[in-house]
Amino acid sequence: MIPAAFEYYRPKDLAGVLSILEEHGDDARVMAGGHSLIPMMKLRMAEVPHLIDLQDVDGLHGIDISNGQIRLGAMVTQAEIIDHEGLAAVAPILREAALQIADPQVRYMGTIGGNVANGDPGNDMPGLMQCVNATFHLIGPEGERSVPARAFYEAAYMTAREDEEVLTAVTLPVPDGGYAYEKQKRKIGDYATAAAAVQIVKEDGVCKAASIAMTNLSDTPVFSEDACAALLGTALDDAAVKAAVTAMLGDIDPSEDNRGPVAFKKHVAGVILRRAIERAWSRA
Amino acid sequence: MKDDVTRDERVANLKGMGCSRKRVEDARFTQGKGNYVDDIKLDGMLFGDFVRSPYAHARIKNIDASAAMEVPGVLAVLTAADLEPLGLHWMPTLAGDKQMVLADGKVLFQGQEVAFVVAEDRYAAADGIEAVVVEYEELPVIVDPFEALKTDVVLREDTVQDGKPVDGAHGPRKHHNHIFTWEAGDKDPTEEVIANADVVAEETMYYHRTHPCPLETCGCVASMDKVNGKLTLWGTFQAPHAIRTVVSLISGIEEHNIRVISPDIGGGFGNKVGAYPGYVCSVVASIVTAKPVKWIEDRMDNLMTTAFARDYWMKGRISATKEGKITGLHCHVTADHGGFDACADPTKFPAGFMNICTGSYDIPTAFLEVDGVYTNKAPGGVSYRCSFRVTEAVYFIERMIEVLAIELNMDAAELRRINFIKKEQFPYTAALGWEYDSGDYHTAWDKALKTVDYEGLRAEQARRVEDFKAGKTRKLMGIGLSFFTEIVGAGPVKNCDILGLGMFDSCEIRIHPTGSAIARLGTISQGQGHATTFAQILASEIGLPADSITIEEGDTDTAPYGLGTYGSRSTPVAGAATAMAGRKIRAKAQMIAAYLLEVHDDDVEFDVDRFVVKGAPEKFKTMKDIAFAAYNQAIPGIEPGLEAVSYYDPPNMTYPFGAYVCVMDIDVDTGVPDIRRFYALDDCGTRINPMIIEGQVHGGLTEALAVALGQEIAYDDMGNVKTGTLMDFFLPTAWEVPNYETDYTVTPSPHHPIGAKGVGESPHVGGVPCFSNAVQDAFRAFGNRHTNMPHDHWRIWRTANALGLHD
Repeated sequence: MIPAAFEYYRPKDLAGVLSILEEHGDDARVMAGGHSLIPMMKLRMAEVPHLIDLQDVDGLHGIDISNGQIRLGAMVTQAEIIDHEGLAAVAPILREAALQIADPQVRYMGTIGGNVANGDPGNDMPGLMQCVNATFHLIGPEGERSVPARAFYEAAYMTAREDEEVLTAVTLPVPDGGYAYEKQKRKIGDYATAAAAVQIVKEDGVCKAASIAMTNLSDTPVFSEDACAALLGTALDDAAVKAAVTAMLGDIDPSEDNRGPVAFKKHVAGVILRRAIERAWSRA
Repeated sequence: MKDDVTRDERVANLKGMGCSRKRVEDARFTQGKGNYVDDIKLDGMLFGDFVRSPYAHARIKNIDASAAMEVPGVLAVLTAADLEPLGLHWMPTLAGDKQMVLADGKVLFQGQEVAFVVAEDRYAAADGIEAVVVEYEELPVIVDPFEALKTDVVLREDTVQDGKPVDGAHGPRKHHNHIFTWEAGDKDPTEEVIANADVVAEETMYYHRTHPCPLETCGCVASMDKVNGKLTLWGTFQAPHAIRTVVSLISGIEEHNIRVISPDIGGGFGNKVGAYPGYVCSVVASIVTAKPVKWIEDRMDNLMTTAFARDYWMKGRISATKEGKITGLHCHVTADHGGFDACADPTKFPAGFMNICTGSYDIPTAFLEVDGVYTNKAPGGVSYRCSFRVTEAVYFIERMIEVLAIELNMDAAELRRINFIKKEQFPYTAALGWEYDSGDYHTAWDKALKTVDYEGLRAEQARRVEDFKAGKTRKLMGIGLSFFTEIVGAGPVKNCDILGLGMFDSCEIRIHPTGSAIARLGTISQGQGHATTFAQILASEIGLPADSITIEEGDTDTAPYGLGTYGSRSTPVAGAATAMAGRKIRAKAQMIAAYLLEVHDDDVEFDVDRFVVKGAPEKFKTMKDIAFAAYNQAIPGIEPGLEAVSYYDPPNMTYPFGAYVCVMDIDVDTGVPDIRRFYALDDCGTRINPMIIEGQVHGGLTEALAVALGQEIAYDDMGNVKTGTLMDFFLPTAWEVPNYETDYTVTPSPHHPIGAKGVGESPHVGGVPCFSNAVQDAFRAFGNRHTNMPHDHWRIWRTANALGLHD
């Protein structure tokens, strides 16, 4: 559990980050909280001769809420998300999800940017960000661009971000309606056996809008449009919820691991989604 | 002593036995001031670490260390070829087998030690390991012990001669991958009883492989001083004296030239009893380089290579009358020992004390047979927070009782009650040979069931089943019962030894002139709080305050010889030695007191902290007065000084017992269990420090919860460890742990000087079946009979699914 030797950089601004990335290409990686990258380096499964620590970089911190938009700097930690009263007031699903990530020590270091950029299917934030329809902001040698969370994930650890790009911020519209982040895990510190992020808007007892995303049930987070569609216009009767669960099950593709076989994961995914929908509806 | 100090106050001032004295160790542990092996830093100290096999079974064709030797900071790379001239490429195990120190031509499990890289620091060692090139030729992997007993594949070439299996340490082999057969009890009478019984329940259960996983991994620092010829070895040793003797025997260094020191140890749970290749390699590397060499496992090394626990396939048959009186028990075990038999058991007990498997019940006829088997898994088979194989034995009988209750359609609490050994039957000789020293099971059981309102719980459970069937709830309720009898305090030298070393223990006491003292023991605390509790025993025995008594363990140059701490033996054996040594001090103190008080020896008597003249309590000498006199007065016929040593060979084991109840709600759809209540009644005989007992019970139960509900070392078919990190290996945190209610009865051991029995492991032994029984009981109404641990979410879900409880 000792990484190979590496050069450590701690630039103060994004220009510094980009110039190191440009100079070293594939041999350089940026690090936010380090919770994914450092263990991989210690196992020598990731070799990173040039490690760029982002924590001193200007402009990557802070939570801003204005004009119905939320902006989370890439280096905002899970702990900051949990502690931010304003954020909890307008987007309580973020706090509910962040509280289910690992333990306080991890949450003091783990960041939103690292969590969404790494492309680990086990991470909670990617699915959550798809649910709330967030946008990821990238900067690279060609300048800045943004990618919707729902179009960001290609495969495990493969995303729309190019190697020389850095994810700088996450923005999202203030979510509407009831919410729930429901997660089953074996223990504290574990990835989800299955997790569901749900936002539902209720008007006159009818589902006006629904957003559903699942975590750790495929090699990417799964935003299930069909599941959302199954709820729209219904009063969330049993048949509608069943239809949503069925639709979701058609979209996921879990694989067997120590958490259990595929049949179990699918069953739990259905149970977890049903519970999330019911809780979100009760809050809508 | 002023008259205004009452006798009760004098007793309280001692903080002796029965006092919830705060742990004296905690001041340093809670401030990060402990001194663990990895805290030891010596001038010029080097660091060694292993190249480990990625394969579970492979021949080694070549090891090329040339590139590694080019890595800056790397000084040496040791292989079996380097150790062979010293005869150190293999080492003896505690189980009569031998084990490769470094791979000698082949590897037998994933993670096996192949080469030892010695470098200036651990970072250079890690780079050196990466640069060693090993050529492997993969061999067929055998991870199933039943397959191992059929296959032509020979795992250990030293088990075959002229195409036939050669005898092992415990007799003939049935097959080249077979290690031993061990039997206890009467085979034919047991078969006969079972054949003629009203009712027979049969079950096969797998007690999965797990790992003690102490927070501090194993490690050592070896320092050979070539000037004076002395080797000092610091290490995470649960038995430092035994390690010294083993090091002397295998290295040829005379024992007086070896000093073994166990500093603070961060948990052991059996993982730190045996000898590991890292110790041997560090010593050799220190001799070769003439510098101190440190070796510390990382977490994956620890989980994957140093001693595992359990891996027992247990097949049982239990017979009874139709009224439920048990008549016979048959148990066969297929024991998976991995690539080497490195169990840490007393020599004559290759399956430990598995023959305590008749449990707390008066079973007239029984037979046990254990077959040990080699597979391509890591070696071990240690007693993880239990006396030797006692968790296996108790799990077996407590599951068999539940299965029999199902067969008889009887309440499992009642079935236990009618079969308990009765109070008046003690000392009780069990069918498999042990003589239980004492017990009062019915009292403990009744107290437990009354406290939890057992009848009420069963009524609630029945309502829950109805509600479930009616679709009103998706949660079932399980009531887990267990009643256990431990067998601890190994042990009498007449039947317990390790490598020929009798399993006595020792205490040496020196009283200082001003009335304080130091006592040294042959044991070593790994978190049990010995410095606190042993001082309390002495305080009560010799009348000096516990706060004035230093307890020291773990340095073989200063401590008297003893066999260490595991199997809950410290209080039963070293605790007894402490009391006996204290009584020698008191006997001499009595003579001194009589001289000072100018009366005959028989005319003074001990009273809390002093000797008083019989019938004249105003005439007395305190132990403090006596200590001073021992050093400053010439007393006719009495040597100066006040010291004593005792080596205690226990006449018998001690038999702590307990009654546990767990109430659990289980989400049938997700497989998630929720422990609503856990009640633990322990009878460990005389209670020395109730607070420490409670802490031990909490810890043991937490490790029991871990094992029952998810903690395992799992392998795939290729012999790859699937659970080598704490992501997949379940180590509970405060979040997963329920509230525990503790309770007790006191049935002192009749043969122990202070009546104490040991408690550190009881909660684990009793806890595992209690958690497991709760899970299984939840599904009893739906036809569940037995499912194997660990009961993690998906396996509980699988049980529900198999019973048709999902849509």
